[in-house]
Amino acid sequence: MSSTKLPNEPSQSPAQESATEQILSIEDVTKSFGGVRAVNACTLSVARGSITGLIGPNGAGKTTLFNLITGFLKPTSGVIRFNGERIGGWPPHRIFHKGIVRTFQIPRELKSMTVIENLMLVPTNQTGERIWNSWFFPFRVSAEESQIFDRAEDLLEFVDLIDLTDEYAANLSGGQKKLLELARALMSNPQMILLDEPGAGVNRVLMAKLVTNIERLRNDLGITFFVIEHDMDLIARLCDEVIVMSEGAKLAQGTADEVRANEEVLDAYLGGQYR
Amino acid sequence: MSSPVLQIEGVVTGYGAVEILHGVDIVVHEAEIVAIIGPNGAGKSTLLKAIFGLLTVDPGHVTLLTEGCTNQRPDQLVLKGLGYVPQVDNVFPSMTINENLEMGAYVRSGDLSDRYERVYQMFPDLAGRRGELAGRLSGGQRQMLALARALMLDPKVLLLDEPSASLSPKMVGTIFERIAAIKKAGTAILLVEQNAKEALSVSDRGYVLAMGENRLEGDAQELLENEDVGRLYLGT
Repeated sequence: MSSTKLPNEPSQSPAQESATEQILSIEDVTKSFGGVRAVNACTLSVARGSITGLIGPNGAGKTTLFNLITGFLKPTSGVIRFNGERIGGWPPHRIFHKGIVRTFQIPRELKSMTVIENLMLVPTNQTGERIWNSWFFPFRVSAEESQIFDRAEDLLEFVDLIDLTDEYAANLSGGQKKLLELARALMSNPQMILLDEPGAGVNRVLMAKLVTNIERLRNDLGITFFVIEHDMDLIARLCDEVIVMSEGAKLAQGTADEVRANEEVLDAYLGGQYR
Repeated sequence: MSSPVLQIEGVVTGYGAVEILHGVDIVVHEAEIVAIIGPNGAGKSTLLKAIFGLLTVDPGHVTLLTEGCTNQRPDQLVLKGLGYVPQVDNVFPSMTINENLEMGAYVRSGDLSDRYERVYQMFPDLAGRRGELAGRLSGGQRQMLALARALMLDPKVLLLDEPSASLSPKMVGTIFERIAAIKKAGTAILLVEQNAKEALSVSDRGYVLAMGENRLEGDAQELLENEDVGRLYLGT
């Protein structure tokens, strides 16, 4: 996997140049469902080019926060900024075009399409989408398709699914579907990727390789990662900074070692085994 | 060693034309926990679905207690003493906790009040919330409810598919404690887990599957200490 080519470079410059700048900020955001505040006056930010972990007990509001950032839910109140622009309440496709993509806790693959078709579908405005282009510019359509195919193959190599290129997505195991989602997210040349439990159901050995490759994506292309994960070993190896959520709001923030030593975090989330 | 309660012999199964398992053999004895570990796509979850009658086994044999039950329907298997907790979609979110438990005993009529109380005793955190909708529960609480529902008919063998997936570290510890308690109460458990270290720690024996075939089997502690298993499957 280490020799895998990286996908095309995104439009922004590598992040190391402006590591302290915030790419995403959540300002006093609340999301209520009836009387329940799933996200409760939450304020936090993610540094550009960082790999930031988001941890917390089940039901803390982590996935709801991801849904708010990506437009799957509208905030009840508060402000969400991406690259300084207010995006809270925008529809998901508009946010996607701004450069944020996500994966889901329970993968949402297109079951009746093959693995590579799932990836090739991602780039928008492909020349072949318009029927008259297929008639009048067949060579352009075919050249573009071949370029997309090559990139999709590179990404399948990257997530170790290359042997399953022509398999129907429905036939993949739970862990393989997670990897397919990661590859699909990378197809769009995003600025920021939100990963919802990328390690759940993925074999630990493969996950260790993915950690290395995610770091490469960040270091070489400046992609920012915001990662929900319960595997503390993975969080410690992967993340520069960790944000802990509890009861809909930020409980703590710091390095993995700092949050692991935090009494409130131990009580609410980690439990006795980490004391 | 006690007598086998579940025997899987030469099981071949898959999805449509795609064969995933190519002749797998597993044995589970009375009141023991057996872990199945292996890389992604090894066929671990597929094996549980095949045992529970959700996929066609051909060829191969599944024997529950002493009775052949290959390719029987899930409702028939539940009545014979088999329980199954899938990895996802394992509760009815629009039903209350109590109604979810009722669904677990759906195939059997009669007074079930003693079963409710026994299950609530094992999962006291659910007992105080029995009227709440399952959709309101956190991931860990849902997993508890799914386990509790599978215990409503007092199964002899319980199939668990990644019970610790998506749970907080604190909750992972609690889930494995409950799994150990279920074993202590007399139910044998066949456990599929990516969290292989934790799974082998609570198990008596383990099997390593890869590419739809048996690769290794043995005492759980020996597998944990096996350097090849550690390097290839545990990430150590």
